[in-house]
Amino acid sequence: MNSTLIVNIFRFVLLLALQILVFNNMNFGGYVSAFPYILFIILYPVNGNKANLLIASFFLGLIMDLFCNSGGVHATACVLLAYLRPAFFKFSFGLSYEYQTVKLNDVLTPERFTFILLSVITHHIVLFLLETFQITFLLDVLLRTVLSALFTILTCIIIIYLIKPNKR
Amino acid sequence: MQQIFSFIIKNSNRLLFLLLLGISLSLTIQSHSFHRSKIISSANFLSGGVYERINSIEEYLHLKEQNDELARENANLKSLLFKTQDSTKIPNLDSLKGVLPKDIVVSKVIHNSFNVKENFLTLNSGTNSGVQPDMGVINSLGIVGIIDNVSANYSTVISILNMESKINAKIKNSNHFGTLTWDGKNAGFVQLIDVPRLASIKKGDTIVTGGQSVIFPENIGIGTINQIFIPDEKNHYYTISVRLFNDMTNLGHVYIIKTENSEEIRNLENQRKDE
Repeated sequence: MNSTLIVNIFRFVLLLALQILVFNNMNFGGYVSAFPYILFIILYPVNGNKANLLIASFFLGLIMDLFCNSGGVHATACVLLAYLRPAFFKFSFGLSYEYQTVKLNDVLTPERFTFILLSVITHHIVLFLLETFQITFLLDVLLRTVLSALFTILTCIIIIYLIKPNKR
Repeated sequence: MQQIFSFIIKNSNRLLFLLLLGISLSLTIQSHSFHRSKIISSANFLSGGVYERINSIEEYLHLKEQNDELARENANLKSLLFKTQDSTKIPNLDSLKGVLPKDIVVSKVIHNSFNVKENFLTLNSGTNSGVQPDMGVINSLGIVGIIDNVSANYSTVISILNMESKINAKIKNSNHFGTLTWDGKNAGFVQLIDVPRLASIKKGDTIVTGGQSVIFPENIGIGTINQIFIPDEKNHYYTISVRLFNDMTNLGHVYIIKTENSEEIRNLENQRKDE
């Protein structure tokens, strides 16, 4: 139990640092940017404490907002993603997901991909909608969501494969 | 009573979620309203410090461009000096009308954003250097933005590439004023709205800051007219697309302008708020 806590704290700090130092400086054509810091929420243990996840996600987003000068945009998107996570699990792994040992940082299967896709799309659409905060940019928001989501998913999968434990 | 407790315990996660969502949503909404100081801003010890560290490394990559820019600015200033009769004497500014800068603080952009709709910069000087909110920020090419939040050593700037920013501007050598805004699309262009149709303008004319605000002195460069739109026949105002002199995606050193009467004017404005 203690080791998962340490792993999570380590992930929290490392992903935030990676996001702020590297991925925040990446932007292609004003539309495509990656937010792999949400991997913290995606990779959080399935049976972990939900209240802790909510609080951790809130602070994860708040620190991002601090660095991006964006008010509470990231915090809202992260809290919403953390809350909807069990529903996404149910959708992608079937009803009895809690009794199976779902491990995300492993070989990519269609179920895992569905889960990551759902999470990233949800996070990005909330993020970009709140960031622009104007209905006139709806098309713009959708375009940014699709392009950025593709890029984020790609980086997320690369990171998952990089940190995957090679025991087997 | 017991039912209330059991309800709270049963739905603790949902209630926590709603609480956190409420906090973050209110922060979001608050950040989108202008003229209210932000709670979450990068002008603080943590993010300011981190950005300054990163910038001290990145700085080396742009040294050549910065040198070129400085040399160009020096050449400009020299030519101004040579045009006056006695080149050793600094021109007497007191004879000019309008709001004059009292003091200029040199600062450095340690974080820049230009890809969202509401862009902010972070500078590495704050109240310790005498920076206050609502001061103008320029560089050698033109205007950059207006100071928003200030901490002891850092400050954030509302960039001109911010849909909430509204700056008074005019066509050079005339007195036709307009408001400078940004439509959130291209980082190289801003829009000048509410210019009366009586104004004779053409493509390539220079747009400068107007003298109506106390934030910027008059006649600081902004850009040149790129395109002129006439919304419709009934509308008596032009909308002008302005190509910026500044490359907002690549900013180094900037100047923060303290204006002479700004304190007096701020006091007046505060009085009005109190009533």
